[in-house]
Order: sequence, then structure tokens, then C-alpha cells
Amino acid sequence: MTTFLRDTATVFTREATPAVREPLGLLFAMGQPLLFLYLFGSLLDGAVGSSWQWFVPGILVMMCLSGPMAAGYLMLVELLGGSLERLTVTPLNRTAMLVGRTLKEMAVLLCQAVLIILLAIPLGFRLYPAGVLAGLAMLIVLGVGLGALSFVLAIKSVPSGTLFYVVTQMVMFPVLLLSGVLLPVESGPAWLRVVGQINPISYIVNAQRALFSGDLTNPSILYGTAATCLIAALGLWLGNRAMNRGI
Amino acid sequence: MIHARGLTRVFKLKKESVEAVRGIDLDVEAGQLVAFLGPNGAGKSTTLRMLTTLLPPTSGTATVAGRDIARDPAGVRARIGYVGQRHGAGENFRARDELVTQGRCYGLTPAAAGRRADELLDLLDLRPLAQRKPGTLSGGQRRRLDIALGLVHRPGLLFLDEPSTGLDPKSRADVWSHILRLREAYGTTLFLTTHYLEEADSMAERVVIIDNGEIIADGTAERLKNDLAGDRITITTTTEQEAAMAARIADGEAAVEATGGAAVGAAVEAAVEAKAEVQGTTVRLRVANAAAALPEYLRTLEAAGVKVATAETIRPTLDDVFLTLTGRSLTDDDLPA
Repeated sequence: MTTFLRDTATVFTREATPAVREPLGLLFAMGQPLLFLYLFGSLLDGAVGSSWQWFVPGILVMMCLSGPMAAGYLMLVELLGGSLERLTVTPLNRTAMLVGRTLKEMAVLLCQAVLIILLAIPLGFRLYPAGVLAGLAMLIVLGVGLGALSFVLAIKSVPSGTLFYVVTQMVMFPVLLLSGVLLPVESGPAWLRVVGQINPISYIVNAQRALFSGDLTNPSILYGTAATCLIAALGLWLGNRAMNRGI
Repeated sequence: MIHARGLTRVFKLKKESVEAVRGIDLDVEAGQLVAFLGPNGAGKSTTLRMLTTLLPPTSGTATVAGRDIARDPAGVRARIGYVGQRHGAGENFRARDELVTQGRCYGLTPAAAGRRADELLDLLDLRPLAQRKPGTLSGGQRRRLDIALGLVHRPGLLFLDEPSTGLDPKSRADVWSHILRLREAYGTTLFLTTHYLEEADSMAERVVIIDNGEIIADGTAERLKNDLAGDRITITTTTEQEAAMAARIADGEAAVEATGGAAVGAAVEAAVEAKAEVQGTTVRLRVANAAAALPEYLRTLEAAGVKVATAETIRPTLDDVFLTLTGRSLTDDDLPA
């Protein structure tokens, strides 16, 4: 166990060092969410009730989808290069390789989420501390699951990498749009609402909105938590299996 | 250091199964420098990947650095170094950071890993590049960094997969001088794959040739060349008739009339290992010892009235060895991957 923790720390430190050395990179990676926050947020003001309580959680979920995807991409680059192979010839624990990477993504996500929240407060976002903490915790669990799924996809995409690009392009954008992250799906046509109900991310978005509005007893939180745990369990199971099967 | 028995790997490609490595037996003693030579797709890298625990064998066993690759892969990993075909340092990371990470992977404390990283930067002349990312390094510098990464834990056995591929001649020489220095200083056992014939020839003490997943030759380059290829003699004559005559003499088909000529002719015939090839006015022979056979041959030809315009002897290369064994040339289909 101590070896596992040490190995996890080794991987986490390796992954986090470039971000610590160049913290501005983290800010640039937030360009899109920040633009959405300021642009769409202002546009939607008044259209969906208290727009900031509605919009900020959406942005956070969006980051929670794109962050792990980017992490998978970075892993794919390392798989196609030789650096991951190099690490797999060392005694480094395979599961620790996955966990360390995921933890780093979570740390980044947490920093970015806190920054978004802080920036949204002057715009009119009302802070419900208990809801926000619960919301962030849920996002981190979701990020762990999605990160692991993204790593599995990267592993399966070797040697060409095409699969990764195809799946992320084909799946991510529709999932994002149809989850009602940016625009309310409820006011759309019936088919859109049906699709939204199949999309597990919609439940998480709804749960996040309830939490960020301080509505802690809303039943949507239960569904959102269930969807999050499902994704996390699936991701960790597949991820661990893929790592131990050899890459 | 390495003891492999019946090592086999079958890949399933769609519904076909491809036998990449077919029952390899191999023993490498400590301190040896072994070059694993073969065309692309011969099974070099697959064998190396099995020995380094990257790929489980379909059947067969191997102990590497005293540990079984199937039962104790972690034990093998802790004792070997591996420099892969592709670059070991991640694009996103600074050279020294990667060396420190590598040390941590082998269980060094952060401080010890840092000291070891600095030692290696000095050892491989990488000190000025410590804070650079791999993308900004030259091919030779990157390769030195790869080698440094493989040496962090001072392994007694180092695997190198095509260490000099894609480098310019100067960088190749440079990488080699580092590899050889290392060996001299630490007595590291080196097992490397290469498709540069001259490299295997001049650097390795032992050459193992693999083709189609099987080991087809194993020995010192010198012995392989003497036993399996022999020297070549090439002569040119003034006319094609004379060339044909020279070939017949070499093959022992023509009688030599001059006094004593028959005896000499027989000596030449005995030395020749394969049928002489004629191409225009050029005749090529393969003999065991060209330096001894050529004067005899020239005397015989002179006695037979054949005018020889030029004569040269060529020492065989490992490619000739491969050609003798397989009927194919290594250089034909062996393009750098």
C-alpha cells in the first residue's frame, strides 16, 4: 500500500510539475469557459430566471467534460510517443499511473472551478457554501470517472490515435449540447427533451443547478449523484482493467 | 543474464494468427554486448518486449536478470534498463524533471532522485539541457536523454531497441561512444537490436540473427562471416570468352594444360565454395580465404592463357551471412521504421 501511495504521488508530481512551472497555461485552458461565462451569461441574464445560479454550474460541468478529455489526449500523445512505455518498464504500479494522472486532473479542475465561482460572484452569482461544496465534490467524482474513460479510450486508440479523435469529436459535442449545459433543453421540442433524459450528463447538470441554488432537498440531486457514481465506477473498472492488461 | 527457452508470441490480427516469434532459445552471459539483427518484422522488437515484460509470451519461459518474466515481472523491471525505439522523455516535461521522475519510479527519495539526475546529466553531457523540453533537443541529444533515463537505477542489464536509428553519422558515433564508455565503466550487459549491419559488425561481441521469428545464426561477427559467408573474389577479364573460361576453371570444369596447372587448378577448385558467377567480363567467386586463394587462382588463369585486367578481394559483411542463410539481402527490405 505504501508503494502504491508513493507511486501515485510520483505520477501526480510528474503530471502537476509542468502546470506549476507554467501556471498561465491553466488560465489559457480556461479561455473558453471564461468567454462563455461572460458572453452567454450576460446574454441569458433574465431569460432563465436567476441566470448565474443556472449558468455557472453548467460551465463547471462543461469544464468537467473537456478537462478529462484533454487529459486523455495528453495520455494518447504519451502512448504514441515512447514515454508511457518507458514508465511501464519501471516497477511503477499500473493502477497508480491511472490514479496519479486522474488526481492531477482533479486538482486542476478544482482550481479552475474555484476561479470561475470567484469570478462569477461580482457578476451576481449568489454563493450557497454547502451546495457549492457538495456540487464540487460531485464534479470531482464525475471527473475521476470521465478521466478514466478518456484514458481507456486513449489506450484503445493506439497505434493510430484515430479512434480517440473520432469518438471525442462525435460524442462530446452532442453530449454537451443535449445536456442543457448552455441552453435550456426544457423549452425545446419533445424529441430534444427525450434525448436529454437519456443523457446521463443532463441529470448531473440538473443536480448541480439545484445544489448551486442552495436547493439541497431537490430530488434531482439524488439522480445526479447516482449518474455520477455510475460513470465513476464504470470508468475506474474499465481503466484499471485496461492498465493491467498491458499498454 | 538472459535465459530464454521456447519463447513464442502469436498475434491475433482479425481472424488470422501471426506467429511473430517462434520458439526462441537464448542465453546471454553477464557483461556481454549482444546485437540482435534482423529485417523489419523479423521479431526483434517483439522478443525484446517479451524480455522486458512489456508483452506476455504466448508460450515459453525466460529468466531475465535472475527473475522469471511471467512470475515476477516487477522483479525483472527493477533490475533492467530499457531504452525503447521511440523517445522515452515526455514532450511536456523538462529533461531533468523526467530523470527525477524516473528515479522516483525506482523508489529513490526525492533528494536521491535529484542527485542521480544530476549525475546522469553530467555522465551523458546533458547538463546545459537540463531545463529544456525534449522537443527543443536535437536527435542525438534526445537519444542521450533516453539512454540516461534507462540508466537511472544503475541496471546491470540494459536493453536498447534500435538506439541509433534515425541519427546522423556524427550523433550515431556520439551515442555509441557513450554506450561503450558506460560498459567499460560499469560492466553493464548490453542487449540491443539494430538494423545497421556495420554497427552490429564493429560494436557487438556477439551477433544473433533473427529471421521470421527464429534465430538463424548466433556467434561473433567474425565467426559468422567466416563460417557462413566467406570472402569474395572479383576479377575482370578483357573478353567475355575469357571470363567464361575463368569461371569454368574456378568451378573445376576446364582442364588446365600448362605444367603443374592441374594441381593448382584443383587447389582453386577446392577453395571455391559456390559456383562462380559471370556477368559480362566480370567473374565473382566465393572462397573461404581470399588472401590465400587469389594468388593461386591468378597463376592458374595465367597458365590457361586468360588475361586478367583487375582483381580484388572483399571481406564478407553480415549481409552476406544473411544472404547465405536466407537467400535474401537484409538491406533490401530493411528500411528504417
